[in-house]
Formats: sequence, structure tokens, C-alpha cells
Amino acid sequence: MGASVSSEFALEVEKVTFQYGKYVALNDVSFQLRKGKFAVLLGLNGAGKTTLFSLTTRLFKTQSGSVRIFGNDVHNNSTAALQNLGVVFQQRTLDMDLTVQQNLMYFAALHGMSRTLSKERMQIELERIGLAEKIHEKVRTLSGGQLRRVEIARSLMHQPALLVLDEATVGLDMGSREGILKYMRQLCDEQQISLLWATHLIDEVSDTDQVLVLHRGQLIADGVAAELVSQSGTSDIRQTFQYLIDHADSKSDSI
Amino acid sequence: MSIHNYVRCFLGILQREIYRFFQQTGRLLAALVRPLVWLFVFATGFRNVMGFPSSPPYTSYVEYDVYITPGLVAMIILFNGMQTSLSMVLDREMGSMKTLFSSPLPRWFLLTSKLIAGAFVSILQSYAYILIATLWIYYRLGTAGLPPWEGYFILLPTLLICGVALGAMGLFVSSRVRQIENFAGVMNFFIFPMFFVSTALYPFWQIKISSKVMYGLAYLNPFSHVVELIRFGFYAEPNLESLIWVICVGAFFLGCAIWGYDATRGTVARKMM
Repeated sequence: MGASVSSEFALEVEKVTFQYGKYVALNDVSFQLRKGKFAVLLGLNGAGKTTLFSLTTRLFKTQSGSVRIFGNDVHNNSTAALQNLGVVFQQRTLDMDLTVQQNLMYFAALHGMSRTLSKERMQIELERIGLAEKIHEKVRTLSGGQLRRVEIARSLMHQPALLVLDEATVGLDMGSREGILKYMRQLCDEQQISLLWATHLIDEVSDTDQVLVLHRGQLIADGVAAELVSQSGTSDIRQTFQYLIDHADSKSDSI
Repeated sequence: MSIHNYVRCFLGILQREIYRFFQQTGRLLAALVRPLVWLFVFATGFRNVMGFPSSPPYTSYVEYDVYITPGLVAMIILFNGMQTSLSMVLDREMGSMKTLFSSPLPRWFLLTSKLIAGAFVSILQSYAYILIATLWIYYRLGTAGLPPWEGYFILLPTLLICGVALGAMGLFVSSRVRQIENFAGVMNFFIFPMFFVSTALYPFWQIKISSKVMYGLAYLNPFSHVVELIRFGFYAEPNLESLIWVICVGAFFLGCAIWGYDATRGTVARKMM
């Protein structure tokens, strides 16, 4: 179960640089996500979003800088940090040979949850996403949208205070995409869950979201969507995003 | 996180391995068919020309099918250790390893739990084989060919130690194997030499008579010590030398596997290449 969360910030990324050999995937990236807020991490493919997620989830170890979840460093105090974190990876991570129940119970066990509590939480989360009747079905038989919803239910089993989703709607039809996004916003509003939503689909951004734009491993913008639009003098977030990318590219070309 | 959380986590990993094992009935059959072919075909063919005079832990002349039974149990554990390795490579490709490693408990604990869970599956397979082998030997030789009853119980911790040691080897291999396609190579270069250059099919003393070099290799082969530990375990006899070997090898490879799966080395190193 998620531990107590006293820090003002759900996620703090501070001066993070990460390289694969000579290739710099993240370059001095810093930002903060406040408790109970919805932030969208925007970036083209290869911008460094997945690397940032891998650092946030302890799959990779930071080479320089730090990542903190509710004040706990992901690498030096990983148990406390990861207790409060729910993750949906870009790649499907469910065990296709197991049933929905077996997958969720396995995940709950990895978080040290008791069987009674796990069953209770599983029922709640599956009902909430409308898949309670699929509980005994093999994951392999579910549709792409249903798989994603099961992964979201799984990520909420231990009641995390921070949820990070890496391109969670990629490959889904419009209806499933909208449904998942709506549900995420609802979680944020009603349960005060902080949410970091990584995507390259700009139409998923709303005016009040905190927007983080990652481009070629650098954070080139951090602010509320509506403010970024007005600051850039464009008419919508799509144009703003394009403007920021072009601006960053021209800057790096001139260097 | 309290000790309860750790226990629940371990039980969850164990349960997943058991679910997966019973859902893959082909895996159980393959695990049994391989040693049974050796027992029913190979040993039957060779028992008229091979058999060994009494040497510890045996107290009288040893029929060949009695002799190779511990080696075939070790074979099950060896193959299952490699199966664990294969499933880790598969988990990495399918993404389920991310679920494991992004959970809050320390990575060394998660890997060790996975290893023990794999050893538990080996034990289930081994006892299924032992049951059939016991019936076969009883049918052929009567109670004279069987080990003492307490051996079957002493074998349990022995199999756990051996399963963890060989599983640790497999785990380390999986940290180095980048793609599942490379696994056939592992089988050819790792499993078969380990099995054939060991005491699974012939005793140390006979290998020594035939070739000093081969004896040296067999002695240094950790699999020989796994076989000997199981052989002595069957007869409820201690074999401290093999026990030390197996524990040291297991600890060494577990350390290597934890190093191989370290967040700074494993995945990152692979991406760099």
C-alpha cells in the first residue's frame, strides 16, 4: 500500500543527465510535479520519455542528478519511493498466460499486500474500469483496450499517490483512448492522484494541464498549457508544440 | 516494509511460477520424458555391460540404472535452471520483468525469490521422476535396489540447494543472453558439456582411470558435485565436499546474476552495445 506522502511534490526530477554510451538521452532535465496535478510529458518519438520513465521506475539507475517521489530518492530510498508509485509502461507487461486475477494478485504480492486486501482492491479497481466480469479470463483473450484498462487497474492496486503512464493510449482506437484519458483525469480530480502522462498525441492535452516538452533529451518547456500557448503567440497547443520544437532545433543548429 | 511484505512478495513470485508451470503441461512432460528415456532406453541398453563395484554411498554392486538415477535427477534440475534462464529472457522481451523490477522491494530479493521459486518447480519435477524411477527399480530389483526411505526426505533440502545453485547459473546466463534466439547456443555450449563431463553417467574413479584430463574437468565441473550431493542425499549420507562446492558455486553465480541485473549494468550495458 502507498506510504504516507508528506512532500509538497509528487515527483521531482533534478538535473538528470543520462547517456547510452556517447548518445545523450537526457540532458540536465529538471522539473517538479505538484501533488494532485495532471502533467503531460510531450515529446516526439526518441525524445527521451521512456528513458525518463525507466529512471523514475528504477529500471535504470541515474548517472547524474536525482529523481524523487514524494521526497524519497528512487535509488537511495527506493522502497519508500516506489511504494507510492503506480506505473503503466508503453510495452504490455501483463503475463499473457495468466488470468486477469492471477496477474493482479501477482502484482499485489510484489507490493507486499495481503491476500484479503488484494482481493478487495482488485474487485474495486476492476469494477471501476468495467472489467469485473473478466476476472477469470486469460489476459490473452482480451482486446487491446481491455488490456490497457487491466494494466491501469493493476497500477492502482496498491493505491499509489503518483501514477506515471508511458504512451498508454498508443495503438488504441479513438473510443478507448478517450475513455482511458477521461478516467485518468477523473482519478486526478476525485482522488488527488498526481499523474504524469507521457504522450506524443497532442490532442490529449487540456488547457489546465501542466505541460512538459521534452525534445532531443532536453526539457524545452514547462508550464500550464494555456500559458504556454499565449507566451508563444500561437493559437493552440499543437502550434505551440511545433513552435517550441522548431525554436529548439534552430537554436541547436546555430550552435 | 515489514517481514510480512517480503514473505508475501516471495509467495506471490512462487505462486506465479507454479501457475505458469502447470499451465505449460508440455514443460512437465518434457522434463520427465528426457530422464525417463535415459533410464528406460540408455540404462537398459548399458546395464549388461556397465555396473559398478561398491563405492560410497553404495554398499554393494551398483546396477547401472540405479547408478544413473541421481544424475538424471540432477539433469532435471539443470534443465529447469536453464528454463528459468529462458523464462527470464522471455520476461525481458515480453516486458513482464519491468513489473518485477519496478516493485518496491530490493532487486536482490526479487531475483533470489525468483530463483527459489524456480528451484521449487525443479523439486516438483524431480519427485515426479523419482516416483517413476523408484517403481521401475523396485520392479526390476526389488527393495535391494532402492535407497533407504529417509533418503527421500533428506533429498528435499539437497534438491533445494542444488536447484538454487543451478538456477543461479541460469540466471546469470540470462543476464548475458540478449535475445531468445541465442538460447540454442547456450544449450550446446553449456548444458551438454556440463552433463557429459560429470559423474552423472560414470563415477569419478572410472573417469580417472580413463583420462586424467577428463577427471580434472569433471572434478571442476560444479554439476558433478550437484550429482554427488544428490547421490549421497539419496542414501542419507553426508558429502561435505560436494555441499561446499555447490553452496560456493551457487553463491558465486547468484552474486554474478545480481551484478548482471544491476540497473547500472545489465540493461544499460545492453543498450550501449
